[in-house]
Amino acid sequence: MRFGEFGGRYVPEILIPPLEELEKAYKKFKNDDEFKKELDYYLKNFAGRPTPLYLAKNLSKELGMKLYLKREDLLHGGAHKINNTVGQALLAKFMGKNRVIAETGAGQHGVATAMASALLGLKCRIYMGEIDYDRQRMNVFRMQVLGAEVVAVKSGSRTLKDAINEALRDWAESFEKTHYLIGSVVGPHPFPTIVRDFQSVIGLEVKKQILEAENSMPDVIVACVGGGSNAIGIFYPFLEEDVRLIGVEAGGEGIETGKHSASLAAGGKGILHGMLSYFLQDDDGMIVDTHSIAAGLDYPGVGPEHAFLKDSGRVEYSFVTDKEAIKAFLRLSKLEGIIPALESAHALAYLEKDERLKGSTVIVNLSGRGDKDLSIVMEAMK
Amino acid sequence: MISKSLIVFLPAGYPSKERTLEFMLSANADIFEIGIPFSDPIADGETIQNAYFKALSSGFRVDDVFWIARRFLEIDERDLILMSYFNPIYRHGLKKFVEKAYGSGFKAILVVDLPFDEAGEFFDICRDFGIGNIFLAAPNTSEERLRIIDELSTFIYLVSTYGVTGEREKVSEIAFKALNNAKKVCKKPIAVGFGVSKKNHVDELFKAGADGVVVGSAVVKLIEECGERAEKEIAKFTSKLKN
Repeated sequence: MRFGEFGGRYVPEILIPPLEELEKAYKKFKNDDEFKKELDYYLKNFAGRPTPLYLAKNLSKELGMKLYLKREDLLHGGAHKINNTVGQALLAKFMGKNRVIAETGAGQHGVATAMASALLGLKCRIYMGEIDYDRQRMNVFRMQVLGAEVVAVKSGSRTLKDAINEALRDWAESFEKTHYLIGSVVGPHPFPTIVRDFQSVIGLEVKKQILEAENSMPDVIVACVGGGSNAIGIFYPFLEEDVRLIGVEAGGEGIETGKHSASLAAGGKGILHGMLSYFLQDDDGMIVDTHSIAAGLDYPGVGPEHAFLKDSGRVEYSFVTDKEAIKAFLRLSKLEGIIPALESAHALAYLEKDERLKGSTVIVNLSGRGDKDLSIVMEAMK
Repeated sequence: MISKSLIVFLPAGYPSKERTLEFMLSANADIFEIGIPFSDPIADGETIQNAYFKALSSGFRVDDVFWIARRFLEIDERDLILMSYFNPIYRHGLKKFVEKAYGSGFKAILVVDLPFDEAGEFFDICRDFGIGNIFLAAPNTSEERLRIIDELSTFIYLVSTYGVTGEREKVSEIAFKALNNAKKVCKKPIAVGFGVSKKNHVDELFKAGADGVVVGSAVVKLIEECGERAEKEIAKFTSKLKN
């Protein structure tokens, strides 16, 4: 239940039984033939798996490397989030729950949860910080169209972390019939493991695809890290391979300004949302406000397995700023005809900062598409 | 430590540490449970959340809670319990925190999001200092876990209902069932909290065999609503609860 010293189950006593129930159910169903069959079916026919591993020729030439993009942006909903929501919604169904709740920042996970809930006939309530609710009205409406109830959270900093707080409060009251469908590799055990497993489909596909294309392992894999679900999803099947793995956090306006979300680069060990990990906090242990131009990276902590992989040295972690991400966003759009999510643009921006990548075979997890970010980029370019 | 005790919860530093001290001195409580404001209080309802956020935005520091305890115990001898989420303690350094809590006179510490499975090191440090631990139990806690909680706790803090802190119309059937069950399993005294806010709640719970009841949000509401008059209202309210 831990990754080295990280992870754990730091929750009020009332949440222990539902977490134990979930752990037991997950152990049972993950190897259940019927569950696996249904999950595979929906991943293929509903979500659109497998996604291509695409050789980005033009950008490769420009950067002096052989660059492949794992096209999670092509999935239903436009991001990797659906891998996890279909998996967990199905798990909820197998557990006999008729309702799911979830948190969302910009709305990607909320939309993916609403989609999976509609698919499987589950009632769905999404918690969203009031600030996000106001600036992401289109995603709010998208969730509502999909049949979800969206609740604006007015407490605390009124962003993603507060939405998670509110979802946990709901769950403490509703767990008998409700599954908490958490959106990243965060939270108390067993959530980080469950979400990692459902997202590992990314890395497993990549492994097959790169062997077909190159007949060898890649040199490097790069992914952006907020909570860290797309990164762990592509890294996990490669942990035992001789492959450099690099996670890229949101440097915001620069680490020195304090306006960023780079909890591995600048945070300290702490406990929030049921887990021991790295968090951005003051010296009294209060969680501080964060910033990133990519809403999906705007979280003051990181999944406990990343904390472990950082400390063990197996994965390297770096960060890029908002500006660098926007530059990479525009560059990929122009050169390859693919508009990446600003989150994924962080991984792309890193490619220009590491001289050692030259001449290597590199895979970037293109975790989502960037249509949702156009107005933000338009604003930033003014 | 408790026997038909009225335990009053107060958020430290709301609206200021001096006021918290005044509220304590005027309240007719047997024991005080002083909460350290936290930025992300997942077990608390709106009332206590707001109190915590206001305390933090007006500059509350964790050390203020030790100041409050020391000043209080210079003039009063009622028992104090410290309540916190785990991160402020962890960040402080477990040993340093416990040393300060002990040094300022707290009798026991309750960490809301630290179930006993995760409490090992913290529990040992508390024991070395001779300061008690209070663990939560809930209506859905298994008998096996209840037994362990009973063994480790100074007294048991039984959460009366599903959900978070906050006022409720009545004490639910679930609470009485949980209390009955806990009384059968546990040897230590049991205090009931969450959603206890009225005179008849307190009476009913004592009648059902609770050794203590914790009233929190209802008192915090008075602070929120009564401004300058708050300590008088708290005195009146707690006296009514007590007799």
